[in-house]
Amino acid sequence: MINEKIICAGFGGQGVMLMGQTILYAGMVEGKEVSWLPSYGPEMRGGTANCSVIVSDRPIGSPVISNNATSAIIMNLPSLIKFEKDVISGGRLVINSSLIEKKSSRSDIKAYYIPANDIAVELGNSRVANTVLLGAYLKLTKILSDTSIMKALHKAFSGTKAHMLDINMAAYERGADLVG
Amino acid sequence: MGKVLMKGNEAIGAAAIKAGCRFFFGYPITPQNELPEYMSRELPKNEGVFLQAESEVSAINMVYGAAASGARVMTSSSSPGIALKQEGITYIAAAELPCVIVNIVRGGPGLGGIQPAQSDYYQATRGGGNGDYKLLVYAPANLQELVDLTQDAFDAADYYRTPVMIVGDGMIGQMMEPIEFKEHISRFALSEKDWATTGTKGQREPNIINTLFLDPAKLEELNFRLQDKYKLIKSNEARYEAFNMENAQIVLVAYGTTSRIVKNVITDLKDQGINVGLIRPITLWPFPEKAFDNIPSTCKALMSVEMSFGQMIDDVKIASNGRLPVHFYGRSGGMIPSPDDIIEKVKEVIGGAK
Repeated sequence: MINEKIICAGFGGQGVMLMGQTILYAGMVEGKEVSWLPSYGPEMRGGTANCSVIVSDRPIGSPVISNNATSAIIMNLPSLIKFEKDVISGGRLVINSSLIEKKSSRSDIKAYYIPANDIAVELGNSRVANTVLLGAYLKLTKILSDTSIMKALHKAFSGTKAHMLDINMAAYERGADLVG
Repeated sequence: MGKVLMKGNEAIGAAAIKAGCRFFFGYPITPQNELPEYMSRELPKNEGVFLQAESEVSAINMVYGAAASGARVMTSSSSPGIALKQEGITYIAAAELPCVIVNIVRGGPGLGGIQPAQSDYYQATRGGGNGDYKLLVYAPANLQELVDLTQDAFDAADYYRTPVMIVGDGMIGQMMEPIEFKEHISRFALSEKDWATTGTKGQREPNIINTLFLDPAKLEELNFRLQDKYKLIKSNEARYEAFNMENAQIVLVAYGTTSRIVKNVITDLKDQGINVGLIRPITLWPFPEKAFDNIPSTCKALMSVEMSFGQMIDDVKIASNGRLPVHFYGRSGGMIPSPDDIIEKVKEVIGGAK
């Protein structure tokens, strides 16, 4: 049974909110119970931003993830320091090693180091680093089907963002391949 | 229609427009800004008017005017902004006009903070303004309920000719979860607003909207009429959810965001062999007193759980009328209670209740 509680965290502008919304949308398409809760407030402007996403087979009570995250996708160092302790024993950390030199200090969780910005730059746009991490995370957990994820990426990169679809698809594949 | 994902604040706007709301007057304040932002974008496309007033006092008086002319109208704000609107709210209640007021509550008192809180319970249910008036107050706990109740709110406001308040908090306003906009059917038989100030066209006597009655007998007459209306609302509109009540050793009472946390508590404690029930008021006024008539005999105590230092607890005590001890757990200032802290308090209470 799936009951995945994910913290997505990074600097404002790295796309952690969109990353969380993509998981949210894919989960909804797949008929899972889902919720998305952003941090909001003055700390979002230039500081750290994060959102909590829950994908579950059971009805969701509180959308708040306090100290019971099953996974955390971490895009910058302050977020690693802030959220590493909130992952449950046996949980996962997906870390953007392009920007974070520090290793996880937890031995009871699995840490995956993904050079997301380096890969994004190779692909031609550093802004798709979030999707590289998303690819790695979804490949690792397999909580959602490829079809749902593709639908979510098409939704996320439609309208004025449609020109970003191809590069994000490529970023997603690269992230998935790294852990596959 | 399929499900869509929206932030709670935007969902209120979408539901309001679907309900026929064509006028929105407001003044910005976090954490509800996505609602006026949505209305500023969408109302003009729907032959409506969005207007950012120069202050909350001004906004609520614009609501007063639009409501008097028979329009479906909404305003929204957050705690200190709602405090500023109280004068207008009591005028609207006294003038017996329909409108919908949204309070996305933040921590107080004073200017407070911007994180979720439930410390405006008294303000919403006891009347923040002067005089003997009441608001019908909805407190949705999820976004589906939020959009359904927003649409209901306009119907109820028109039917009873009374201001209706929707109370959420920063979490309800900011979060996203799937929503379905169902075909809305009014629960009320609504009639033409023949009292509205739409212009006589020389065909009828003017309709007068007024709240000043210097003759005490006339003013008492208005009060009698209002009290009759509130009696009717009290008997017809109280709503609640009772959850996991069977064999409950303790029943927690919580609304909105806090009720969601309590549901996690209930699941966790069930795994530990402890049965906990939940009464979740969906209307804060009228408070669902009937829910307390059906508490199982296994229950030894009640506990009000709030994001305040104890406001709804008064209603829990009134509704349970001394039948059971009433305990309390609350956090304030924008702090969200953790399931673990509530669990600890529950264990402390049922340990002592044996």
